[in-house]
Amino acid sequence: MTNLPPLQIYTPETAGEAPEPGVLKLANDADPMELAGKLEEIERIELHFPHFTDGRAYSQAYLLRRRLSFSGDLRATGDVQIDQLLQMARTGFSSVVLNEGLAPADAARQLERFAGFYQRDYRGSDTGRRD
Amino acid sequence: MYQYTEFDKAFVLSRAAQFRDQLERWQDGRLSEDAFRPLRLQNGWYVQRHAPMLRVAVPYGELSSAQLRVLARIARDYDNPDPEVYAQAAYAQRKLGTTHLPTHSAHFTTRTNVQFNWIPLARAADVMDLLASVDMHGIQTSGNCIRNISCDERAGVAPDEIADPRPFAELMRQWTTLHPEFAYLPRKFKIAVTGAAEDRAATDWHDVGLRLVHDEAGALGFRVTAGGGMGRTPMIGVVLREFLPWQQIMNYIEAIVRVYNRYGRRDNKYKARIKILVKAEGQRYIDDVEDEFRQIVEHDGGPHTIAQSELERVAAAFVAPARRTQREAEHTSGTTASADHPRFTRWLQRNVAPHKDPSLRIVTLSFKRLGQAPGDASAVQLERLADLADRFSAGEARVTHTQNIVLPWVAADELFALWEAANALGFASTNVGLLTDIIACPGGDFCALANARSIPVAQALAERYQDLDELDDIGEVDVHVSGCINSCGHHHSGHIGVLGVDKDGREWYQITLGGSDGSVGSGAAQPGKVIGPSFSAAEVPDVVEAILATYRDSREHRGEGRYERFIETVRRIGLEPFKMAANDARTKGEVLA
Repeated sequence: MTNLPPLQIYTPETAGEAPEPGVLKLANDADPMELAGKLEEIERIELHFPHFTDGRAYSQAYLLRRRLSFSGDLRATGDVQIDQLLQMARTGFSSVVLNEGLAPADAARQLERFAGFYQRDYRGSDTGRRD
Repeated sequence: MYQYTEFDKAFVLSRAAQFRDQLERWQDGRLSEDAFRPLRLQNGWYVQRHAPMLRVAVPYGELSSAQLRVLARIARDYDNPDPEVYAQAAYAQRKLGTTHLPTHSAHFTTRTNVQFNWIPLARAADVMDLLASVDMHGIQTSGNCIRNISCDERAGVAPDEIADPRPFAELMRQWTTLHPEFAYLPRKFKIAVTGAAEDRAATDWHDVGLRLVHDEAGALGFRVTAGGGMGRTPMIGVVLREFLPWQQIMNYIEAIVRVYNRYGRRDNKYKARIKILVKAEGQRYIDDVEDEFRQIVEHDGGPHTIAQSELERVAAAFVAPARRTQREAEHTSGTTASADHPRFTRWLQRNVAPHKDPSLRIVTLSFKRLGQAPGDASAVQLERLADLADRFSAGEARVTHTQNIVLPWVAADELFALWEAANALGFASTNVGLLTDIIACPGGDFCALANARSIPVAQALAERYQDLDELDDIGEVDVHVSGCINSCGHHHSGHIGVLGVDKDGREWYQITLGGSDGSVGSGAAQPGKVIGPSFSAAEVPDVVEAILATYRDSREHRGEGRYERFIETVRRIGLEPFKMAANDARTKGEVLA
C-alpha cells in the first residue's frame, strides 16, 4: 500500500468554529513566501479553496512545506470535496474540513485508491512505485 | 512503442476503478453534477451537442494492433446511441443540412488522440475497463490540467532525428500523470516534444514546446518555448531557454507550471491560458520561472532531475521491432519490379518517407476520402488497419496530427504488397500533404461549442478536388477547418484556414491565408490573416478555387516543371490579389461584417 502522508479529516461540525491563537488564514492569492521567518509561533495555516477547481492552494501548500519547512498543521478549508483529498495529502495538507453533507468514511476510502504514484509527494518520499 | 510495466498496468486499472466509483456516486446523486464534471473531463468524458464524447489518450500517437482491435470493439459495441438520442440528433442536424451522421466509428484528432461520439455515459466505466485491458485510458485528455503529451509521428524512426523524443515524453507523461499540485490549473496545458531537425509537432503552437538540440559542445538538451496557443488570441511560443540540459527538463517544467498555477488568470476562461500570462508579464514571467527553477534545483534539491539510468530504463521500454535488425543488410528489391504501376509510383512519392533504417520506410495511410469525415475510421476499418499493422509494420500504427495513420516499420520490399492491400481498403489515397488532406474538427455536427459545421466544408472541398493530376499541380497546401474560435481544427496554422462563425443562427466562414504550423515546407510558425468578411458555406469551395487560381496564375516557375508552393506565393505577393479573387467569388452579395 502507498506510503501516503497522514490526513486528518473533519466535518464542519467536528472542526470547531472558534478562532484559535496560532492559526493563520492565508488567502489563495497570497504569496506564502512572504511568511518566511514568521512561522515560529504558527501552529496551523488554513488554505482556502473558494471553489474546488481553483488549484492555487496546492502550490501554496507545497511551498509552505518544502520551501519554508512549515511543520505545523496545514488545513484545507472552503470547497473541500472528497475526490481531491489525495491531491491535498500529497501536496502537504495535514487536515481538511469537508464540505457540508460529506461523510468522512466515504472520504477516507478515496485515499486508498492507488498503490503508488509516478511522482514523489511534497516530502520527496518514496512513491510506492515498483517497476 | 512503449511497453507498460506492471506498475503502469496496475495504475490504469486503479484509475478505471476510481472512475467507476465516481460515476456510480454521480448516478445515485451522492456526487453533484458540478463536482463530477471535472472528474469525468480528466478521464476524457465530455458531454457534447447530442451525446457524451470520449477522448482516449494515445501517447505519441502510438497504437498496437491489439489496441486498435479494442478501439474497433468499442466502436462496434459501444459507439451506439440510444435510438431516441440518435433520432433527435439526426433531426437537429438535418435542419442544418447534414445528411450523414456516422455512429460506430472512431475519430483521430490533431493531438493524436482517438475520440468516440456516441457512447452512453451509463456504459462509460465498462469502456474504461476495456481500455485498461490494453494499457489505455483517458487520463488528462481534457480538463484544466497537463494534457496528453504529443510528439512527431516519425519519432524514433525519422532520419533527421537528433534524438528520440519519446523516452523524454514518456518521463514527462509519468511525471504529469495525476500530479497532485497541477490537477486544477487555470486552464488546459499542452506540451509537445520533437527530436527531429524539422518540427513536425507544431511545438511553437503549444503551451510548452520542446525541441531536442545540441549545444556547441555537443551536449543534448532542449530548446524550451512557452505561451504558444491558438483560440481567440493566437500566439507563438516565446523562447525561455535556447538550451537546457535534458537532465533538468522536469525541474524546469515544474517551474513553468508552478508559476502559471499561481499567477495565471482565473477570472476569465478566455484569458486563462498561459499565453496570456506570458504576453502580459513578458520578461517578468521568464524571470519568475528562472527564479523558481533555481529554487527547485538549489533549495529543493532538484527532485525531478533525470538520472541517466532512469532515461535508459524508460528508453529500453520503447522496444524496436526485431525485424529491423534482420533486414538491416537487405535493401529495396521488390519495389522496383512493380514501379511501372503509375498509381503505385505516385503513392511512393506522396505517402512513403525515408526511415532511419535504410531497409525500412515510413508509410502514411490517408484517412481523407469521400463519404467520411477527416480522420474518421469505422469499426471494420480499425480492424483492417490492425491487420495491416500486423502484416506490414510490426504490429504498430501511429495517429498523425494531420489525422492520418502512419505505419512506422514497413520493409522497403513489401511496399507494393502494402499498397495493394491498403488500396483495396481505401487507405491508399495519394493526397497526403495536398489540398484534400484537410484537418477538420468535428464541428457543429457533434461539438457543443461549435458555431458552424466543419465536416461538410471538408467534404465539399474533397468532392471538388478529386482529380489527382490537378491536386498534384496545385501542390502542397495545408487546409485547416475549425467550427469555432477554439481552433481544434487548427485554422490559425493552415495555409488556408477556414473558421466557422455564427451569424443570426446561420453558418458563415472566415478565411485566413498564410498560417504555418512551423514545418519546413510552411516556414516559421505564424497565424494566418483574415482576407475579409465571412463567406456562406456554399461560397467556400468557390472562394478556395478562386484563391488557388490566383496562386496558379502568380506562382513562379522553379525549373524542371516545379513551381513555388502556395504558401511561398502568398508570402511573396501578399494577401491583396487573393482577397480580390475571393471577393469576386461571392455569389449573393450577402456580406457579413
